[in-house]
Amino acid sequence: MEYSVNIFRIQVIAIVASLILIAAIVSLIRKHRLREEYSLLLLGGGVAVIIFSVWRQLLDKIAHAIGIAYPPSMLFIVMLLVGVLIFLHLSVTVSELKEQNKRLTQEVSLLKQRIEQHLKQALLQQEAGG
Amino acid sequence: MSPTPVKKQVLLNELFYFKEMNALPEVKMLIIIPAYNEEENLPGVIEDLKDHLDEIDMNHIVIIDDGSIDQTTEVAKSLGATVITFPYNLGIGGAVQTGFLYAAQNDYEIVLRCDGDGQHRADQISRLIEPVLTGRVDVVIGSRFLVEKSYDTPFLRNIGIKLFSVINSVIIGQKITDSTSGFRAYNRKAIKFLAKHYPQDYPEPEALVILKKNGFRLAEVPVEMRQRMRGKSSITFFSALYYMIKVCFAVFMGMFKY
Repeated sequence: MEYSVNIFRIQVIAIVASLILIAAIVSLIRKHRLREEYSLLLLGGGVAVIIFSVWRQLLDKIAHAIGIAYPPSMLFIVMLLVGVLIFLHLSVTVSELKEQNKRLTQEVSLLKQRIEQHLKQALLQQEAGG
Repeated sequence: MSPTPVKKQVLLNELFYFKEMNALPEVKMLIIIPAYNEEENLPGVIEDLKDHLDEIDMNHIVIIDDGSIDQTTEVAKSLGATVITFPYNLGIGGAVQTGFLYAAQNDYEIVLRCDGDGQHRADQISRLIEPVLTGRVDVVIGSRFLVEKSYDTPFLRNIGIKLFSVINSVIIGQKITDSTSGFRAYNRKAIKFLAKHYPQDYPEPEALVILKKNGFRLAEVPVEMRQRMRGKSSITFFSALYYMIKVCFAVFMGMFKY
């Protein structure tokens, strides 16, 4: 009896934590502080935790099917994988941003040089004219 | 191996606008000098160029100030060069690439790339650009190891340079003795290509890989170099290890990039 009560408690905690995570993500999207594409993996993770919390046998079944003796360790692996995926996704995004940022800096600097050149020429023409 | 004699007629007077000299075509050349905190060295570099290239038009020298914290931009402007200033330090690759962008936008036919610290000598330029001018190759690399003079380079750097050169040679299937040399000449085809694709950190060895991979013809010519005039090299002892690992990896990955 004591055993099942503990399980129930951790289920509730997991569900509440996931709901808080999902609520935080949705709130960030609504405030335009997070773009949808970067929230999908996290949202998926939150929903997965809720599903496993509600339907405990699912975890056991999947773990058994792929040959993991201790079902909770499958949860760790999945979480780790999701974490690595998010990390990889962010690294790609940062690389993209860096490349775009470099391009912008180069273009702006070239434009600045061109403007200065035109100003100098205009000034010289003015001096020559008057 | 003794250095080939400098061809005087290619050298002087009309280096920037060849007019039927030796049946060489009229050529518009841009000199790209990336500079990061080089206010002390730039006047000497420009002086050297002026001494060896007669009737040099300063507009055709573009100095890219890579977010220096000293007076590099002001000094470069006072020398009369075309100056492109970054609002922050972008890195050598981004700076040199901007030079190629400028060259492509302004329709230059040849780019000569040299350092802003004075180690690349203007009297070697004719030798460097000759193979590109005559259309024999697309890219020329000035190699200090093809001349019979020993350079007082620090031990670790020397090993690094040799190592990269060997790795580079194996990967591109052509012998390169000085793959980190930034003293190079490029034709229009290479300019257009590099304006689009140029590696970021320590770009010289990797640039060779992507150039070769895309079918460009490379050649090395012997050039003499100088020690740095003043100031410190941008490569410190502490970044040497990172440099080696990064360049080896980048050169290796260069084989698989599109």
